[in-house]
Amino acid sequence: MSAETLARWQFGITTVYHFLFVPITIALSMLVAILQTLWYRSGEEKFLQLTKFYGKLFLINFAMGVVTGIVQEFQFGLNWSEYSRFVGDIFGAPLAMEALIAFFLESVFLGMWIFGWDRLPKKVHLTSIWLGASGTLISAIFILAANSWMQNPTGSDFNAENLRAQTDGLAGIVGVVLNPVNLATLPHVISGAWLTAGGVILGVAGWSLVKAVKAGSADVDTWRWATKFGAWVMIVAGVAVVITGDFQGKAVTSEQPIKMAAAEGLCKSEKAAGFSLVYFGGDCTKADTVGLITVPGVFSFLGKGDVNSEMQGLRDLTKTAYDTGYVRDEAGSTKLQKSQAGAVKEFFQKNYKADEALTELAPSIGVTFWSFRIMMLFGFIAIAIGAWALLATSKGKNPKGGSLWTAAMIAAPLLPLFANSFGWIFAEMGRQPFIVYGVLPTAAAVSPGVSALEVGLTMVLFTLIYGALAVVEVGLLLHFIKKGLPEVEEPKVLTDDDAPLSFAY
Amino acid sequence: MDYVTLQILWLILVAVLWIGYLVLEGFDYGVAMLVPFLGKTEKEKRVMVNTIGPVWDGNEVWLLTAGGATFAAFPAWYATLFSGAYLPLFLVLVGLIIRGVSFEYRAKHPETKWRNTFDWMAAIGSFIVPLVFGVAFANFIIGLPVALATTAQNPYLMAPAAAALYVITPAPYFWQLFSPFALLGGIVLVVAFLFHGAVYLTLKTKAGELHDRVRKFASTIGLVAIVGGAAYLLWQNLVYPAQGALTKAALGVDLAPTLQLIGWIMTVVAALGLIAAWWFVGHGREGIAFISTSVAILAVAVITFSTMVPGMGFVNAAGDRTSAPLNILNGSSSPETLTLMTIVAVIFVPIVLAYSAWTYWVFRQRLGVENMPEEVALAS
Ligand code: HDD
Ligand code: HEM
Ligand code: HEM
Repeated sequence: MSAETLARWQFGITTVYHFLFVPITIALSMLVAILQTLWYRSGEEKFLQLTKFYGKLFLINFAMGVVTGIVQEFQFGLNWSEYSRFVGDIFGAPLAMEALIAFFLESVFLGMWIFGWDRLPKKVHLTSIWLGASGTLISAIFILAANSWMQNPTGSDFNAENLRAQTDGLAGIVGVVLNPVNLATLPHVISGAWLTAGGVILGVAGWSLVKAVKAGSADVDTWRWATKFGAWVMIVAGVAVVITGDFQGKAVTSEQPIKMAAAEGLCKSEKAAGFSLVYFGGDCTKADTVGLITVPGVFSFLGKGDVNSEMQGLRDLTKTAYDTGYVRDEAGSTKLQKSQAGAVKEFFQKNYKADEALTELAPSIGVTFWSFRIMMLFGFIAIAIGAWALLATSKGKNPKGGSLWTAAMIAAPLLPLFANSFGWIFAEMGRQPFIVYGVLPTAAAVSPGVSALEVGLTMVLFTLIYGALAVVEVGLLLHFIKKGLPEVEEPKVLTDDDAPLSFAY
Repeated sequence: MDYVTLQILWLILVAVLWIGYLVLEGFDYGVAMLVPFLGKTEKEKRVMVNTIGPVWDGNEVWLLTAGGATFAAFPAWYATLFSGAYLPLFLVLVGLIIRGVSFEYRAKHPETKWRNTFDWMAAIGSFIVPLVFGVAFANFIIGLPVALATTAQNPYLMAPAAAALYVITPAPYFWQLFSPFALLGGIVLVVAFLFHGAVYLTLKTKAGELHDRVRKFASTIGLVAIVGGAAYLLWQNLVYPAQGALTKAALGVDLAPTLQLIGWIMTVVAALGLIAAWWFVGHGREGIAFISTSVAILAVAVITFSTMVPGMGFVNAAGDRTSAPLNILNGSSSPETLTLMTIVAVIFVPIVLAYSAWTYWVFRQRLGVENMPEEVALAS
């Protein structure tokens, strides 16, 4: 395997792994802050118990989010040095600001929160979790702006003197922030995170509730409340995910038509293009794909908001790209894409033959088609689980349990989590063969001078370390889930220097 | 501000971020390395870990910010260095991963074997990172040889890369890292952090057996740090003095004599800092001792960065230290980006410093075994 392929695998593995912890961190930190606020307002013990219980799960998850994130920060330079050199001016700035503005906030204040129960007055302690949680959200805002810029490089231009992309004046920074892809991605990813964390709350509470009812324990009320709370979070976030997903679809169709055509397996341009649940057949080179269970007009609607509009197919799109160096029509391209069209065209024509355009210039139909559908499917099932949990706990009823219920509670956090992974696989694989869309091909961006052996070796070692840590973390999570609600005492600020701390590692 | 001023400012700011990292996280590496050796009972170990518990993650963010700022302000530096030092950086990442999970996870199970495992992981991780960084900094001083990327290395390279992307050469750059001077640099940084961490522990623990043991250790390792540090710094100043290459052409003044003078002054500062720290920790003046080790570390960082002006540690393929093919002038971001980041830094660095200082104030209490609750991980 070439260094490029291995570098792509390494990036994919480490990033998808990082993003298993990220959505939980983003939304569960806020949810724990909400629980603690409820306790602060009402003084009810059950909210303190829930704060501490979910707080512990959150911290176990957070530790993994931090250590896998550090790898991300340095990976661009390790494996993608030409990319880093070429885009640092625009891409590096949000990364630096993320560290300075967001990571400090979350690390310092979460440290304060973990150890501060008996050091800080209640209100200050509560503020610390809110600040820490805001840090995770701010971090998402910066990194998603950076990622959206790779999907659609707005607000930038090519500097012919030092041969790299740079912000298009100070106004370019506004252009990066107001990137239409960014405006659609941010709410989508954040609501996906809330769907996931709602699933964590529901899954654990729903399972514990059945156990508590069977044991006749006093915790029934608390778990009932948490079950409903988690279910509501899932439903509201789920609806938001679907709505924002529709915005995403429109943004992608206009900025990255090739990606969307691949995701629908659309070989030739069509009016009132349909949406199929399943497809068969090849990659459009010889035969068209065959869609099954097709609803006509839905793809046209998803893409352009009108069931009758014409959607361009892969054959036309890739041919134009090969001939002009533009990955969509010239008029819609960003300034940076325009400035690089000549170089991109030259790259295509040097490395690929005209009849290879269809396979080389479009992402894999299989990967984009299926990852898109699995993402949506998992999301819909998750919303349904939320609704079922609400029904099962309505009017004072308690769920009876049974294997279907247990399966649903296990699925509640896992399905949204994997929907997130598939969403990223769709977004990133769909961007291929570019690392910066329409500007810098992935193959040109990989570090020269780093051998396939080095990349392969470190990839194997990363995977082994990550695998071992996953075992430890899942074990810890299960251990604390089984242990159930902790006993709590009203926290007091310690005044005696020799008194035992209420919390210590 | 004009472009050159911004570029110099950002070299200084990157250095400041590194100093923040080395001074702050330096002591928590030291503490983590000492836990398995100086903590004789479970409670003593816990005391040690808890002196850094609330702050270590915030300290680590200085490193992340230094990395991010290098990427944003000097993309060409970030690109060449990180890809060139591929395997060493991988070791750093492994070190950071295994120590990062350990503090949180050690507390999640009462079993001794479980906890000792994580203590060792934290200690090993905290050893690898300064060792590699020490070697790397020494290599910046010697000068890392670079050449332009070629299509022999990656046939898909596009035109701009062949004229602007530098690669450390010959690749892979791994065994070359371990020259005697660089190895000494790695060892000295580990020793310095052990000393810094031990001094911090004397400052943060209550009178008792643990405190006495740590203090004794600090006095011993302090002597090693003084001797090792002196050897390293003399070697550096005599054999690898700052060259200030290109400063005459770029700025109109030849900075080499000034930079070399800074090198000597900072060497004296570092030596005085280490000696003072050793003396004060022996006499129970722990606060001043801690400030002294901090100053010593700062001085060494200043020396390192001043020898890198303006070449960022890179020299031509022949290893000529007076050349600077890749430097802060041709490797930096645009004036717009540097201006924006300057504004952000001016606003946020003071805020970060203020709330970080506040955490240290909140957790200022010295800890002793009596402060450790019987049950572990009682609360979240
Ligand atoms: C949508 C949000 C999001 C996305 C797309 C990413 N991350 Fe992340 N990252 C977070 C949201 C986040 C977070 C929620 O803020 C984390 C999770 C755990 C944590 O400590 O913060 C985090 C942690 C985290 C850390 C450790 C911070 C610390 O020590 O406190 C680093 C260095 C990165 N990330 C860097 C990256 C990079 C370079 C990414 C791009 C590939 C990336 N993350 C994707
Ligand atoms: C701003 C941040 C990001 C950058 C710079 C980035 C860049 C890249 C790069 C360089 C690759 C390798 C080329 C390729 O094969 O696509 C890649 C692939 C990928 N990335 Fe991203 N990405 C970012 C964020 C993410 C995030 C947050 C995820 C979430 C999990 C993600 C998921 C993926 C996946 C699934 C792949 C495909 C792996 C493969 O090629 O086999 N990316 N990305
Ligand atoms: C019916 C519902 C959904 C629709 C219509 C939808 C639509 C989309 C589209 C079009 C993209 C591609 C964006 C791109 O390529 O740049 C995307 C990406 C993504 N989706 Fe969804 N989605 C849905 C459900 C979900 C669910 C349930 C989750 C997770 C809980 C999720 C998480 C993501 C993530 C993490 C990405 C990648 C980041 C991004 O580019 O925004 N999506 N979604």
